[in-house]
Amino acid sequence: MKKFKLTAALALLSAGSVWAAGRDYISIVGSSTVYPFSTVVAERFGKSTTFKTPKIESTGTGGGMKLFCKGVGVDSPDITNASRRIKETELTMCHENGVKDVVEVLIGFDGIVMANDIKSHDFALTRKDIFLALAKQIPAEKDGELKANPYTMWNEINPSLPAIKIEVLGPPPTSGTRDAFVELAMEGGCKKFDWIKDLKKSDKSAYKSLCHTIREDGAYIEAGENDNLIIQKLQKNPNALGIFGFSFLDQNADLVKAATVDAAEPEFESIASGEYPVSRPLYFYVKKAHVSQIPGMAEFLKEFTSKKAMGDEGYLTDKGLIPLDEDKFNQVVKDSKELNPMSF
Amino acid sequence: MSDAMKNTAIVKSGLKKRYLKEKIFKSAGIVSIAIAFMFLLVLLTDVITKAIPAFTQTQLTLTVTLDAEDLELNQESSIEDIMAADFRQPIREALRARFDGVTKRNDKKQLYSLVSIGAEYQLRDLVLADPALIGQSITVDFIADDDVDAVIKNAIDRSLPESDRRVKDLKLSWIESMEASGEISTAFNWLFFSAGDSREPELAGIKGAILGSFYTLLVTLALSFPVAVAAAIYLEEFAPKNRFIDFIEININNLAAVPSIVFGLLGLAVFINFFSMPRSAPLIGGIVLSLMTLPTIIIASRSAIKAVPPSLREAALGLGASKMQTVFHHVLPAALPGILTGTIIGMAQALGETAPLLMIGMVAFIVDIPQSIGDPSTVLPIQVFLWADAPERGFLEKTSAAILVLLVFLISMNAIAIKLRKKFEKKW
Repeated sequence: MKKFKLTAALALLSAGSVWAAGRDYISIVGSSTVYPFSTVVAERFGKSTTFKTPKIESTGTGGGMKLFCKGVGVDSPDITNASRRIKETELTMCHENGVKDVVEVLIGFDGIVMANDIKSHDFALTRKDIFLALAKQIPAEKDGELKANPYTMWNEINPSLPAIKIEVLGPPPTSGTRDAFVELAMEGGCKKFDWIKDLKKSDKSAYKSLCHTIREDGAYIEAGENDNLIIQKLQKNPNALGIFGFSFLDQNADLVKAATVDAAEPEFESIASGEYPVSRPLYFYVKKAHVSQIPGMAEFLKEFTSKKAMGDEGYLTDKGLIPLDEDKFNQVVKDSKELNPMSF
Repeated sequence: MSDAMKNTAIVKSGLKKRYLKEKIFKSAGIVSIAIAFMFLLVLLTDVITKAIPAFTQTQLTLTVTLDAEDLELNQESSIEDIMAADFRQPIREALRARFDGVTKRNDKKQLYSLVSIGAEYQLRDLVLADPALIGQSITVDFIADDDVDAVIKNAIDRSLPESDRRVKDLKLSWIESMEASGEISTAFNWLFFSAGDSREPELAGIKGAILGSFYTLLVTLALSFPVAVAAAIYLEEFAPKNRFIDFIEININNLAAVPSIVFGLLGLAVFINFFSMPRSAPLIGGIVLSLMTLPTIIIASRSAIKAVPPSLREAALGLGASKMQTVFHHVLPAALPGILTGTIIGMAQALGETAPLLMIGMVAFIVDIPQSIGDPSTVLPIQVFLWADAPERGFLEKTSAAILVLLVFLISMNAIAIKLRKKFEKKW
């Protein structure tokens, strides 16, 4: 017992000294969408250099920004991942807290797909179909009027769609995937109505609530943040469609197949070219002040922005990242090498 | 007829009904136990059948030539030089030599992906351990890629049409050729118990999480056990009976019912934001979990102390022992089995806890194995959570295997608790 107490006391002491001396590993926070890519780079970086492997927390984009912008110093993270661009308010918050220079690195794109069981019907959707199937309220016959979503079958929306019940498994509101889906697919379809497009200019909040609100009558089922679970559920229920990230489609191409959106298949090339409409950029942000303070920062940045990692045949593409085109890639490499701080 | 006879008749007439009631109650009990048992069985068989493949790993046997010139190394090369050398090349050459005529760029990429990305580090570590290997040809069992592993373990159905299959025909033909010639073997997956987390299923291990859990529980035990036992002794033996003490008692009982996420928020606000302690460290995890286990141990300890018969105390006091001596020489040893049981159950609870750790940054990708309670680390249940969320199919089996490891720890901790109780239990 005595011995145990002694070791415990020693362990506490040693921990204390470690934390006073500063940090010898890179600390990364942020989006759970970027997490699978960031971790791959971190692991390779740790294995191929003498630096420690960076620590990566999956906090979500917004949570990451809060931690990142808290201040400069070893107790705040060095890098934050984001599945959307940093907001102006967030950058201002950063500046107010002494995080002066923030370097933005665009790493590539991520597609969001709607898919169903591989043995089930083929779906050829448009963004308008998606909006009409999933919105809480849809435009009534007369411009400017709304009605509760009456559709229960896909073929009621569009006769070319299969005659099965509308049943969509998707992420809950806390998820970044849901934010992006709502913004890109739902809003994209919503804008197809001219009077709604005009509404954006006159009453932005009404426009947003109309385009971004998903129906709550059971046609859209919140299936949790876990995309694997959605894929498992799709196999049990061949009539349902699921919403998840492209990397999960890529890994499970033998179990599920994706619906085309606006006649574009969610494939590597079509997402990279922007032909497939439901895709979003992925970023990470670096504190310039930390690059000289934390060992390995410059080398980690170099590894992440190397052709070997995020180039069009890099190892990140094997994990489902959609790479940048050559011009953008060269720009990103240049900016991250010179640590050019971003501004709006 | 006498009154007694009449009573007997009444009893007899109701007898059947009373027996029936007992029977119904008994069978309801058996049914409910059976249902609980069935659920447990379903859960365990599901976890175990899914977990079993994770304990074996497919390997590819290749003969690689460690050409000194190509690697730019010699027998006297420093560790840094060996670290920097490109060990992919010898493996790629070996693969090209095994399958001639692969010339197209994409096909080559497919070919190289037969082995895991960990293979080059495997080779590097061999050379680091024995630099004399430079310039020789050696035969090594390389870790296979997770797709190859899935084919061998029949997780990928070979009979599916090519378009629906993750492993395409060309790659499958290579795998089958190597399988036929015995170059593919499966071995026990030691890596699973000796490595930290990884983004490649075939390289992912659970050691980092096990050690993280160990350090976290160490801190929890070191903090909560002495404090909780002292509190229990004071409240049971020394505290005056007044309103203030009643108030404290109620609060301790309430604390036991507080959702654990609240302790995580407290940890975030106090230890990380105010004392600026490091995020993700077992030190903070341990402190937060000890707040959570404190009430459990206090309550268990109090009832154990209460169960010690007063005659023991009176005898000790009567023989001239002080109150302090009575408690520490007689009451505490007699109550210890109960206290230990409570502690172990509290610890087991802490081992399975994730919610409070979410808030203090322990949900993180950590490859390096933690060396002390100040290093960033994660714990077993969080490792389960992280793997369950990974897109690669290979993590499915790893998730179940991690659950199994967690269950083994929980069951053994509970078994120790029962054993201790049995061993030291005294009948008064």
